[in-house]
Formats: sequence, C-alpha cells, structure tokens
Amino acid sequence: MATFNLNINGKIQEVEVDPSTPILWVLRDQLNLVGTKYGCGIAQCGSCTIHVGGIAVHSCQLTVSAVGNQEIITIEGLSENGDHPVQKAWLEHDVYQCGYCQPGQIMTAAALLKNNPNPSDEVIDATMNGNICRCGTYTRIKKAIKTAAKSENV
Amino acid sequence: MTLVKTTYNRRSFLKSSVLAGGGIMLGFSWLASCKPTPEQIMKMPKEWFKLNGYLKIGDNGLVTIMSPNPEGGQNVKTSMPMIVAEELDIDWKEVIVEQAPLDTDAFTRQFIGGSQAIRRSWEPLRMAGAAARHMLRQAASQTWQVPIEEITTEAGVLHHKDSDRSIGYGELASAAAQIPVPEEIELKDINDFKIIGTSCKNVDGLKIVTGKPLFGFDTDREGMLIAMIVHPPAFGLKLKSVDDSAVRNMPGIKDIFTIKVFNDGYEKAFFDTRTFNELAVIVGNSTWEVMNAKKALKIECEPIESTTETRDRFGNKWEQHTPAGLESTTDHHTQMEEMAANSGEVRRKDGDPEAAFKRAVKIVESTFTAPFLAHNCMEPMNFFADVTDEKAELIGPLQKPELTEQTLSVRLGLPIENIDIQMTRLGGGYGRRSYAHWLVEAALISQKMNAPIKLIYTREDDMTDGIYRPAYHAKFRAGLDSENNLIAFHVKAGGIPESPLAANRFPAGTIDNYLAEDWTIDSNLTVGSFRAPRSNFMASSEQSFLDEVAEAAGKDPIDFRLELLDRAIKNPVGENNDYEAGRYAGVLNLVKEKSNWGNKDSNVYRGVSAYFCHNSYAAQVLDMVINNGQPMVQKVTCALDCGIIINPDAATNLAEGGIVDGIGNALYGELTFKDGVPEKNNFDTYRMIRMSEVPREIDVHFVQNDIDPTGLGEPTFPPIFAAVANALYKATGRRHYRQPFITDKTTLALS
Repeated sequence: MATFNLNINGKIQEVEVDPSTPILWVLRDQLNLVGTKYGCGIAQCGSCTIHVGGIAVHSCQLTVSAVGNQEIITIEGLSENGDHPVQKAWLEHDVYQCGYCQPGQIMTAAALLKNNPNPSDEVIDATMNGNICRCGTYTRIKKAIKTAAKSENV
Repeated sequence: MTLVKTTYNRRSFLKSSVLAGGGIMLGFSWLASCKPTPEQIMKMPKEWFKLNGYLKIGDNGLVTIMSPNPEGGQNVKTSMPMIVAEELDIDWKEVIVEQAPLDTDAFTRQFIGGSQAIRRSWEPLRMAGAAARHMLRQAASQTWQVPIEEITTEAGVLHHKDSDRSIGYGELASAAAQIPVPEEIELKDINDFKIIGTSCKNVDGLKIVTGKPLFGFDTDREGMLIAMIVHPPAFGLKLKSVDDSAVRNMPGIKDIFTIKVFNDGYEKAFFDTRTFNELAVIVGNSTWEVMNAKKALKIECEPIESTTETRDRFGNKWEQHTPAGLESTTDHHTQMEEMAANSGEVRRKDGDPEAAFKRAVKIVESTFTAPFLAHNCMEPMNFFADVTDEKAELIGPLQKPELTEQTLSVRLGLPIENIDIQMTRLGGGYGRRSYAHWLVEAALISQKMNAPIKLIYTREDDMTDGIYRPAYHAKFRAGLDSENNLIAFHVKAGGIPESPLAANRFPAGTIDNYLAEDWTIDSNLTVGSFRAPRSNFMASSEQSFLDEVAEAAGKDPIDFRLELLDRAIKNPVGENNDYEAGRYAGVLNLVKEKSNWGNKDSNVYRGVSAYFCHNSYAAQVLDMVINNGQPMVQKVTCALDCGIIINPDAATNLAEGGIVDGIGNALYGELTFKDGVPEKNNFDTYRMIRMSEVPREIDVHFVQNDIDPTGLGEPTFPPIFAAVANALYKATGRRHYRQPFITDKTTLALS
C-alpha cells in the first residue's frame, strides 16, 4: 500500500492503494468516479478511456504509480454541465443505445478533436477503432464527432 | 377513437398516496432517482398525486411516468412513457421518467426478450394514460358542475369551452386521484397522435454522456464487498477442490469458499441454465485486490458424468441430456456432417418432394454452417445482493426479473414478497441477461458473508461461462423445372445442441413439394437465447441459398422472391404459413425502390436478404465495394414493417444496431473449443466489429401503416448475415458458406 496524491478533474485527491492498481479501479473503487467503465481489462475495448496529461489513455492498464502528478480528466470532469461540444453533439444525435461504452467513446473523441479539430474520415476511423460499441452506434458516433468538430470551443 | 375495457389488475390503480417533496416513489432505487435536469429541479412540485401505477402528477403539472420494462439500449425507457404521455395528453417537456421496480401487480411482462415490449404493452400503456386523463376530466366535470362530455384536454390543460374555463392538470391532480377507475376508456384516434411518431430524445441521454451511475457495475453501498467467481477452465469439468493457501493472506481478501448454485434435484426452469454448478468464490474489499486473488487461486477439477435432467420450459417439460467429455470444434464439425448425411425428424412435408426432385432439370444443393457465439455485452455480468435469512434486496441488470425472482425464492427459501429486485440500466442484454444464475450466486455469497456484496465477472469469466449462441448447420436442396420454376425444396437443419429450424416460414407455402427436417447433437456446452434465437442462423443460410437458386433460375433475386410470395398471396400451399406474404412482399418492394436496385454500378456489389421474425418484416440491400483489394461495406438500405412507429429516430438507431451487429458477427464472430476449453476469452482474440469496418451509410425506411406496433430489437439482425454473404459473392466470385466469413486475423479486411 502507498499513498498517492492524484490530480483528478481539477482537484487533488489522496488515495491509499497498492502501487500496481490500475487507475481505473482507483477511480471506481476509491473515488466513486464510476463513469469510467470496465469492459475488458486489457486495453482492447476503450470503455476505460480517460485523459492523462491531455492524452487519451486506457485506464485499465495504467497503474496508479505511473501517473505521478499528471492531470487526469475523467468523463465526470470533461465539463461542468454536460456541455462540452462532444457531449452536446452526442445529445443532439442521440447516439447511444445501452450507453455503457459511451463515456469512453466521448473521451477518445474529445482528445482527438483537441489535437485535430477537423479530422478526416480516415483519421476518425483509425482513432475510434480502439473503442468497441457492441450495440453498433458507430455511424452516429461519427456523425456526432463531425458535428462537434464544427463547433467552436473544441 | 377506440373504447377498451380496463382489464388489468385493479391494484395497478392504487389511489393517491400523497407524497410530499421531490417525487420519490415507493421502494425506489437510488440509482434511478438521480437528480432531474436543472429545469426540472426548479419545477419540483410540493406534492405528487399518484393516479395509477404508471404515473403521478405534481401539483404544478409536472408528471412522473414509470417505465415498466428493463432498459438495455432498446430505448423503451423513452418510448413506453411516450405512449402513456400521449393518451394522458400532456406536453412531453413536463415529463420526468423513472425506472419502475419489479411489480407484478402493477405491470405486465417486465421483460427484455422476443422484441415484445411495445407490442405487448401497447394497450396497457395507452390505458394507463387514458384512464388518468379520464379521471382528470371527471374531476373537472365535478368541480365545474358540467357534463364530462363537454370537458376537453390539450397538453396538460382541461377546458370547458362553453364557459371559457380552463385549469391545469396539476391543480386538479389531488381531486382526480380520488376518482374511481373507469370501466371503459376511450383511446385516442391514431391520427391525433402528437407525441407518438415524434423523435423524443433518450430520457437518459444527459446521464449517459456525463458518466452518472446507471449500470449494475456502478452500484455502491456502505459496507459493500466485492465478490468474484472462479469456474473450471473447461466445459466437461467440475470443481473438485480449492487450494486457497496462496490467497488467504493476500491484501484485502475477506474470505474464500465454494457455493453450489442450484441444489440437487432442483428442476431448472428455462432461464435457470447454469454450466458450472459448483464455483469457487473470493470476497474482498476492492476489485483489484480480488482480481489479484483470483489469479493466484488454485483449483482442482474432475470430469463430469453424463447426466439427464428434467427441465421446464414455461410449463412444458423436456429432458436435457448433458454428455461427459471434453469437446472440440473439430469434432463438432465431423459430428454435424454425419448427422446431416442421415435423415432428420420431419417437421413439414408438402406434396412429394422426392418425385419432384427426380423430374427436376436443375438441382441446387448447398450446406451452411455457423459457429458458437458469445454475447459479449459491453457490461460484464454482475449483480448486487444484500440478503439475510428473512429478506433479499438485489440490484442489477437483468432481462426477466419476474422469472428470476421465482428461481431466487425457491433457492433461498424466501417468499417472493420478501425479495426486492431493482433493475439498473443494462449495458447490453441480447439474451444473455435473461438467465438467473448470477443473481443466485450473488445472493448466496451475500448470505454467506452476512454483508452486501457486488458480484462481478471479468471479461474472461463472461466469455468462457457458457450460455452461447449454438453452433448450427443447414443443408438445402432446390429443384427447378425446364421453365426455371421452383418445384421442389428441401431443408435439413441441425445444431449443437438445438435445431434452428422453423419449418413453416417462407419459402414454405410457396412451393408445392417441400420437406423440412431437423436434428440435434447433445453437448455439455451450454447455450441460451441470443438476439433472434435460431432465426439468426436460418435467415442467413436460407436467404443465401435463395440467392443461389435465383441465379440458377436466371432470375433477379428480389423478383424471384416476389414471385414466390405472389404464389403465397394467391394460392398458398398448406394452411400453416408463418408470415403474411403481402407484408413480406411490401418490405422487398420498398427496399427495391429505396436502394435503386435496378441501377447497375459495376463497382458496387449488391446483396439482398429479407426475413420475418418476432412479428416484424425486414428487407435489406447491402452494397460492397473493393478498397485496396479488400471488400468493404459501403451502404445498407433497410426496409422495415413493424407497424406504428413510436419514436422514429430511436427505431432507426435500434435498426442500425441490429445491422451493424449482424455484419460484425457474420464477418468475425466465432467461439471455438479445444478439449472443452474456449479458445478465446477476450477481445484480443474474439474479434468485434469496429468503427472502420461498419457501413459508411445506413438508410432505414419504415412502411407506414396503422398496424399495432411490433418490435425492432431483433428483426434487422437475422437477414443481414445473408445480405453480407450475397454481396461477398458478387464482390469475390465465391459463395461464402461458413461463418465467420473473414478468418484472417491479421488484416482488417474491411479498411
């Protein structure tokens, strides 16, 4: 067990966990931030996607000891009121079916648009290929990403 | 206007429990009572008045509607309340939706399954809204001392036009709650619908995109422990002993023990399937600690013995034979070929097929196979349980709470009244979550620990635990005469361990000489309901075969089907044909039109398919192109007849989902076994369809009619497999008979 001070969604949070604990489980079990999901545990499905230092990462494979004082943003911290352009686009297109994969989809899309505000279809495909949607909402996800890309404060 | 008698249980019309404050219903789950939107918070009424089990009206006109069925992505949580709101006649903006708990007195068939939710609840939902509207009109009539016939409503306001008086529902809700339930209700004319037929947004949208706790996996409770199971590594084995010496002292671990899911001699109902009846269980403080312990736990297993047990399928008994042994996919293939070479059990025979085949000028014969599939819901199996000797509280995702409750009652020895099941949003169901076993496991673990626990399955547990879509095989034969008429048709279908055959479906009824037979092979691999059970294979093989027959007859595949359906309309063979030929032809004609079927672009390879299952008709045209030498799905055009559409955009979303799911499973879906061990246990080896592989465009069209609504969860899934196969044939020149169609793991074949 060790103590870590983590910078999460703009707040410093102290946790005491085994250093090998993936940050996914620190978020869900220690900090009650359950928006980030478990889907596979081996970085294949993208349900666990968060932002660390502005980069989209699979939190199921990033240990808490490797985070340091990098800033972590989870789906809960992406915006104050669900009004990030990506979230608004998701609402506009009513993207979701079961909804389980969607926080991960949104986080990957938000990171993509931050680095590449007007991505081509090929870039969207390649980036979003890491996020599985078992319900098959992919065509809506893509439309929502393009809508979000058109808005200003991405 | 339709007049219906209020036929369901009077207790569903419980009179006003005047509830103060923020609208918390009785026995209501913390998960579903998440804060309403900011606008709704500002408008919270001082008091709520419950007019019946489905709705309560606040003193300021805000309305809470209970959504009775479990929600797993089909969006009944939006469309069912829309139906209530329509007949109640209120503004959808004034509606808050809450998930109802299991309540067999108030609600009917709180199931996910069979694409039946809207179809079966269409009338009860309408009655609930209409009854409440009637009670409000009655209250206005009494208040104003005018006949009820003179009271009209409009979007939450009651009017008496003659005296120019109006009053909002909220002001009269208290009085309305005192009115007795009417014997007969007027339902709206469907042409007057204002809410039904509009694309209301998903009621949980904001919660989904902001990561609010919605799913069983997100359940949290003071003092809750985490539990995980360990099951034998292979089918055909059972737990013999557990060596917990390495695990007992690991950090955070509370206990390790074994459980027996069902007692000996228990007659398992249909959804009580459980592969591994004895399980090792690890309980600890946190997920990661228990996952580590799981990896370190040593178990010893021994072979099972062959067993035969009586099971119950909704009152009908059947004998389930589970053979001993360690099964492999290679052996399965051999066994299926052997069975297919012999006669099966005849399920339907019209005319004299053998004589017709003898005089046929051309015979087409093909064999189709498909593998076991894992459901792979994105949210792995899980359930929360807090169980004492007297009562059980359970929270989580499940499809059949009413049936599961009965199983729990027997297993725990608790009366049903003492069992409370709260339904969370399901991270996918697809049939897998119809099963009771993990609730039983969670309840037994909680009882043993004397504490609330959350049982979770890892993805590996989930994928290797059984209850798969069966492996199937179908052999078809068709005979054409010298005029290219289809004069003989023979299907012999089978599966491990169930047959997929539906002998009375199209093309039965269109051919004079028709034979349908089937067979099964017992297995110790467990199977269960998987999105459009049996149909999900029969459609793919039959619709692919019809494509071959059409080609042999020199006919366009759509015209070929329409000719057959024309026969069924004018002069059907036999009386027991499980489809309405007119509606079937209707979707084929619609997809022909909307896909510009006649347009021949030599770079686009087109496959057509159509099917009727779960009461709805679907026809699809799939367009493939070749990109960098690889086939790619460019577009799918889909025509659907599912009667009245409640929510067009939600219906389109669900239809698209079935199409994408089907393309993925047709191309990649496969679970194989070696000596009883599943050869895939996670997404690195079990391939799921991804963003770059889906159609660039999906175009869904609905037949407009006044037929009572039927379902959409399943109908678009079965036919798309054949549309893929038929397009692949055009694109590659080869027929594809064995699913999955793409087996090269190293290239994204559609990129």
